[in-house]
Amino acid sequence: MAEMVAEGEEAEVLFWVGCAGSYDDRYKRVTKAFVKILHKVGIKFAVLGQEESCTGDPARRAGNEFLFQMQAASNIQVLNGYNVKKIVTACPHCFNTLKNEYPELGGDYEVIHHSTFLQQLINEGKIKLEGGGTFKGKKITYHDSCFLGRANNIYEAPREVLEALDADLIEMKRCRTKGFCCGAGGAQMFKDAEPGRKEVNIDRTEEALSTGAQTIAVACPFCMTMMSDGVKNKNKEKEVSVKDIAELIAENEKL
Amino acid sequence: MTGLIMQITFLLVLAVAGYILFRRISRIRKNILLGKGEAHNNHSSERFKNMLLIAFGQKKMFKKVIPALLHLALYVGFVVINLEVLEFVLDGIFGTHRIFAPTLGGFYTIPINIFEFLAVAVIISCVIFLWRRNVLTIRRFHAQELTSWPKLDANIILIVEIVLMLAILTMNATDQILQDRPDASYPETGFLFFSALLIPLFEGLSTGTLIFIERFAWWFHIIGILGFAIYITYSKHLHIFMAFPNTYYARLAPKGKMENMPAVTKEVQIMLGVPPENGDVTINAEEISRFGAKDINDLDWRDIMGAYACTECGRCTAECPANQTGKKLSPRKIMMDTRDRAEDVGKDLEKGGKGLEDGKSLLDNYITREEINACTSCNACVEACPVSINPLSIILQMRRYVAMEEAQSPASWNAMFSNIENNFAPWKFAPSDRFNWADELKNESAATQKEKHN
Ligand code: SF4
Ligand code: SF4
Repeated sequence: MAEMVAEGEEAEVLFWVGCAGSYDDRYKRVTKAFVKILHKVGIKFAVLGQEESCTGDPARRAGNEFLFQMQAASNIQVLNGYNVKKIVTACPHCFNTLKNEYPELGGDYEVIHHSTFLQQLINEGKIKLEGGGTFKGKKITYHDSCFLGRANNIYEAPREVLEALDADLIEMKRCRTKGFCCGAGGAQMFKDAEPGRKEVNIDRTEEALSTGAQTIAVACPFCMTMMSDGVKNKNKEKEVSVKDIAELIAENEKL
Repeated sequence: MTGLIMQITFLLVLAVAGYILFRRISRIRKNILLGKGEAHNNHSSERFKNMLLIAFGQKKMFKKVIPALLHLALYVGFVVINLEVLEFVLDGIFGTHRIFAPTLGGFYTIPINIFEFLAVAVIISCVIFLWRRNVLTIRRFHAQELTSWPKLDANIILIVEIVLMLAILTMNATDQILQDRPDASYPETGFLFFSALLIPLFEGLSTGTLIFIERFAWWFHIIGILGFAIYITYSKHLHIFMAFPNTYYARLAPKGKMENMPAVTKEVQIMLGVPPENGDVTINAEEISRFGAKDINDLDWRDIMGAYACTECGRCTAECPANQTGKKLSPRKIMMDTRDRAEDVGKDLEKGGKGLEDGKSLLDNYITREEINACTSCNACVEACPVSINPLSIILQMRRYVAMEEAQSPASWNAMFSNIENNFAPWKFAPSDRFNWADELKNESAATQKEKHN
């Protein structure tokens, strides 16, 4: 972003990468896939790079409102400093916080989740998915992210993206409003689960596997980690892959 | 008993019941207002619409069709049969019998037949509900928090409703016989289909006995209803009233949005040297008497109202991922505990006790840390609740107390906090590595470019 501003250029959209997208080896592949798509369709975008910082979502859900607000205040300072208007992010947690929680603190942006963004690109014909691509007829099941679905009512965008792949989309019994959490939200990602019968992600993975899908599609870094761990735990990583919708598009487009 | 004594007795019963009810309602109101927060009188048309759809229209019940239909029968029955109670009350006051019968003439038969039809529908629904609760193994009816009183409460309500409806039918059956007896002067009601089916049971009895049974059923029904009205203020059945304000005042923002803490915003702004928008740099001491919630007085009053609106149906718990995988957390229990605490504090205050200062608190004495820590803030409970209760809100407010007042969050959360503070990410990575993916991308595409050239 700093470079663009220095060169007097203006970005159409700011891509908010998020901590997982920046550091997590698995999720970095999603970041790269999404960037490739953006390049391919010729969208002028910027990233904050090292100026980006945690939105504060996990701190807030774990109860540390001070830390959250400190993060928010400094992020808003940076974003407003660059006069950012529109943000796209692949992380539903960042999306939710930026979209719903920052306005009250002085950060008003148009925030879009990458599933909606991709859906728009497909609808506008900017991404043309050719039928008979890599995923034609392959069984894919989509795991709803709580922070996209119930938290923000985004159920259809990721599904439409998958449908555009011409894949055979199968739903799990618990889907959409009844979707079952991956177990990582509410800052659970950062601590061990309380004692119980089972881990949440194992329960969910079993359900996903029982659909017989070869691919479990996700649209959230936390879901990605939890579902991948679940698949590994079930020794199914050879047959079943967990992929973000952006990766699926990039793969289909051979980017 | 002469008519006048009957009238006086009736008025007395009505007055006593009214007084008890009034006391109970003001107590509950005070308990709810132990909570804080704004009045939330904004967006009234949207709120009104929600109330109409969700409370009046039962919209969210229809996620499950069979219980929804049975519940609808109970609900419509309850609302409509109360019109008949209006006649009961007028008769009681004026010492009349079926005050509307002469005025409405032949038309009177129609509403009474409708009431009878609903009474039968209520009885059938209640019997099925009793069976579902006690015989079938529906998981949400057999949870840990649903022992003794809550379980008994549900059964009492169902049985009382059946008995009250049977009283109406008995009354109408004996009334129909008495209309034909020359030695009684009962006004014509016309043919009442359902109660007529009971006529064979009573036909052989003397006029005196019939009058006694008819009057007994009348008194039984009206006293039953008044007693029931008082009873429900102690029972989960209070949802029939509280569902309305609860859906009206329910949060309108997207479910993912956590409520802001303006006191913290102000402090952060002062710390960062940003003048607060309104230029007010004084921190209201009362405003931040406590961060987060330890007890009910720290909660938003809407959360306590939610506790009184809770039906204990367990739809929230049935959807909760933590609960489904065997963790102690049950959103229904969160609501039940909140109500129990409010009731306990209220009762104590009534007796002139210490109330909130009784050495107990909602956190720890009712809800444990293990429970609140297990929540994934997935909003499944909020989505599932047919009356728009938000158990998540209470959980998150308690986490705030634990994190900010006590600094007693689980150790790994504290580690996450310090990572965010020091590394600006919840993981312990160097901030300078944040942009590494871009270099990787460049290298990768350079490599593929090279490959293509070769
Ligand atoms: S938000 Fe928390 S309490 Fe509610 S269903 Fe999800 S995990 Fe359970
Ligand atoms: S909170 Fe709602 S869903 Fe849960 S038990 Fe109470 S009424 Fe039912």
